[in-house]
Amino acid sequence: MNKTVLFDKHVEYGGKIVDFAGWQMPVNYGSQIDEHHQVRQDAGMFDVSHMVIVDLTDGDIKGFLQYLLANDVAKLTESGKALYSCMLNERGGVIDDLIVYCMHDDWYRVVVNAGTRDKDLAWINKHAADFNVSVKERDDLAMIAVQGPHAREKSFEALPVDVVEAASPLKRFFGADCGEWFVGRTGYTGEDGFEIMVPESEAAALWDKLAAAGVKPCGLGARDTLRLEAGMNLYGSDMTEDTSPLISGLGWTIAWQPEDRNFIGRGVIEEEKATGVKQKIVGLILESRGVLRSHQRVIVDLDGGEQGEGEITSGTFSPSLQKSIALARVPVATGDTCKVDIRGKQLDARVVKPVFVRDGQPV
Amino acid sequence: MSEVPSELKYTESHEWLRVEDDGLVTVGITDHAQELLGDLVFVELPETDAEFSAGDECCVVESVKAASDVYMPISGEIVEVNEALADEPEIINDSAYDNGWLFKIKPSGDELDELMDADAYQASIED
Repeated sequence: MNKTVLFDKHVEYGGKIVDFAGWQMPVNYGSQIDEHHQVRQDAGMFDVSHMVIVDLTDGDIKGFLQYLLANDVAKLTESGKALYSCMLNERGGVIDDLIVYCMHDDWYRVVVNAGTRDKDLAWINKHAADFNVSVKERDDLAMIAVQGPHAREKSFEALPVDVVEAASPLKRFFGADCGEWFVGRTGYTGEDGFEIMVPESEAAALWDKLAAAGVKPCGLGARDTLRLEAGMNLYGSDMTEDTSPLISGLGWTIAWQPEDRNFIGRGVIEEEKATGVKQKIVGLILESRGVLRSHQRVIVDLDGGEQGEGEITSGTFSPSLQKSIALARVPVATGDTCKVDIRGKQLDARVVKPVFVRDGQPV
Repeated sequence: MSEVPSELKYTESHEWLRVEDDGLVTVGITDHAQELLGDLVFVELPETDAEFSAGDECCVVESVKAASDVYMPISGEIVEVNEALADEPEIINDSAYDNGWLFKIKPSGDELDELMDADAYQASIED
């Protein structure tokens, strides 16, 4: 079992430790619902050091990433700009979702999921060789995500002065480096904030300084309710190697232009688009009491009066809406009502766009 | 370490019981159980006047993490339920043995001796 460099801090701050993808991580520090509200109203912090940071240097990095990723890094026209993309396999299935920063022509930084580390690194290394790109996993860096309307201002109280200088001008979805530190104005909660990559030896001190600035530790439980409210996908639940981005709510991350950009999996998803995509991801809101959960069966009302079937890919209780919400994969012609089979009972749910909270407020 | 009050009786499925002065029995879930479940978001209480046998599923407590059945520890009739939990299920997380009580039973038999005492329950959750 792995531990991040912040493990002792989690215990010190009262974290309830559970296994996540082979890592001992805090699921909460007392109440995941309180932690959720903290992030929506103020500032909370998450240890995300288990995630994988990969630096790409040398060779034809741009050409490599334009082949590897379904989104196009040519969009990264300014230093520090970030891009959210899927990495597809030859069948058009999703290997992982990730964020890539272009710092300059000779340095791109990629952040991938903890649970997919081994296969992602093997895949990246295999294809990087064809472009003479050097791949370096930065397991010397820890990462803390500080999220919420007051996250940036409280981070400025805790960060070293030169890092503050580098991070202050950051626009949303940009990153900046300062020595070995790196700050991205990114996140997985739907709130403003930073994801701070810090040398491991300095992570614990930063955690304490952020706490002293009034940032509350938050665990993986809150992380899941926050991202689902924000309509953000979770790899392994909402998409897998067996689902194309087109049926996973990720069509918007595919850069089809220029037409001659050949990326892995392009042909398969182009074909899928041409013949007609059959399923889509929708949001569900359960009006009655109960909690929607992954894999529950959905019976949908199709436009035209017939019924179809779907499945919940991620479900939870939304502390901001005080109701249960979910993402579900359903037939494309699904209307605005459905029923969900919850432990043998069929309960009514509303079908909505797959985003439930924006700027801290229910949509 | 979760609390295990010494004056209560316990079941293997993490219910506690308190025998009141009037002979009614108050039931809830233990501190250990609420900790395992995490923040509770819904409680489905039994109907008053419903009759159950020991071991019947009579109630459901649901957290963000999971839904969990609550079992009748002894046979009897439900005479009162804790209505406050409908709007504030999190009371159970804060006060499992006091304000977080679930329901009261009028026992129909004499099954209390078959239940665990505090020491036995404590030992069972330490395993």
